Amino acid sequence: MPAPIGVLALQGDFREHRQTLKAIDQESIEVRTLADLASCRGLIIPGGESTVMQKLAVAYDLFEPLKDAISAGLPTFGTCAGLIMLANEISDGIVGQAGFGGLDISVRRNAFGNQLDSFEVDLDFAGIEGPVHAAFIRAPLIERVGSSIEVLSRLADGRIVGVRNTSMLGIAFHPEVTGETRIHELFVSMIDH
Amino acid sequence: MTSSSIPTSTTGTPLVKRGLAEMMKGGVIMDVVTAEQAKIAEDAGAVAVMALERVPADIRAQGGVSRMSDPDMIDSIINSVSIPVMAKARIGHFVEAQILEALGVDYIDESEVLSPADYVNHINKWNFKVPFVCGATNLGEALRRITEGAAMIRSKGEAGTGDVSEAMKHIRTISGQIRSLASKSEDELFVAAKELQAPFELVREIATTGKLPVTMFVAGGVATPADAALMMQLGADGVFVGSGIFKSGNPAERAKAIVKATTYFNDPAVLAQVSRGLGEAMVGINVSDLPAPHRLAERGW
Repeated sequence: MPAPIGVLALQGDFREHRQTLKAIDQESIEVRTLADLASCRGLIIPGGESTVMQKLAVAYDLFEPLKDAISAGLPTFGTCAGLIMLANEISDGIVGQAGFGGLDISVRRNAFGNQLDSFEVDLDFAGIEGPVHAAFIRAPLIERVGSSIEVLSRLADGRIVGVRNTSMLGIAFHPEVTGETRIHELFVSMIDH
Repeated sequence: MTSSSIPTSTTGTPLVKRGLAEMMKGGVIMDVVTAEQAKIAEDAGAVAVMALERVPADIRAQGGVSRMSDPDMIDSIINSVSIPVMAKARIGHFVEAQILEALGVDYIDESEVLSPADYVNHINKWNFKVPFVCGATNLGEALRRITEGAAMIRSKGEAGTGDVSEAMKHIRTISGQIRSLASKSEDELFVAAKELQAPFELVREIATTGKLPVTMFVAGGVATPADAALMMQLGADGVFVGSGIFKSGNPAERAKAIVKATTYFNDPAVLAQVSRGLGEAMVGINVSDLPAPHRLAERGW
């Protein structure tokens, strides 16, 4: 029996990620403590408010341990706010905003505007057959990628919305709310590779 | 804004409307009346702010007709924070809602805290791209609001009192009615729909899934970290705190404490720690001392 996949459960749609993992027969746990973190073989940072996740992680002494675990190679997958938390650079964060980092990218928060500009669209996604139906909800965009980054998905106009490196996966949208399981399957294959 | 350049995408769908509320889960939405308060709320870890001219405790104290806030004030709050901004429209006042949508708020609260504009109809929320949250005291009311297009429900409680007993009553009522539906046979659901005064299809969906199809936060009377954790333990997806923060002695610390209590709602040691040294809570009013015409939860139908 492999160790479970952890879902950071400080705030956001962590339950939807656990349901998606369950749908592909993966055990998961909610991560709120160091003990939780130590017991998982991969970590998902869910959608939510990146500012809130950061503050709660700092307040509960999880920020540095999470950052260390990720930089030490813990396989990690971030969606939307989770992508922001994994970016090395946040181009328009609030004062003092910083994530765990690990992906050599720059992201812009709320890059499409307010909620009226939230949208659904079909995307091509490298390694996945057929379109991925994606929900972008006050979503960030990836504005710059470093040389260690592989681009997995772009909007029709070329803007980048999905990336990976050897151990980390980051996307600007929410497969966990559209019933899309294939990106989680990709993450599991990255963990167990 | 460059979003118009994306072909074949669709905005304003039920999925993206409900989805924003999903992202707020496990969080605290705070009432604010100025840009400075909005910054304090964001710094404390609010997932969203509710921009309004007077918090419910002041609406109660001052009386009179209570309406949508001044667009200048809403703009100043939108410009001061990066988290979602909500604003309130009067029940049934679809033009106030049109104005709020034009201002670019992220969510509209069709709220009983303001004076109702229509004592028969609520807003037809399907006509809008912006999502709506609506109050409910029971499951039937929640389902009627969802039928009208609400993308999020908040149990009403009794706003502006600091008395959590009505919030307790409403979340227990809604959760109990959901459990009761889940135990019924298909044959019994037709009458259940009649009794709830809600559409059969929605009633059947809830009987099958055992939950509302949208996120449900709790509101109305939450004033302490313990109150917030209480609501989370009873199954709330998150909490609204209105007067409880900025009518207290130390808003910044109380706001942070309520945020932490909402995440660590199941950990009494954390709750004890965050409950210390917060200064005076809002004074509060016992709901049982409020004359019936002054109970806001009874507005909406």
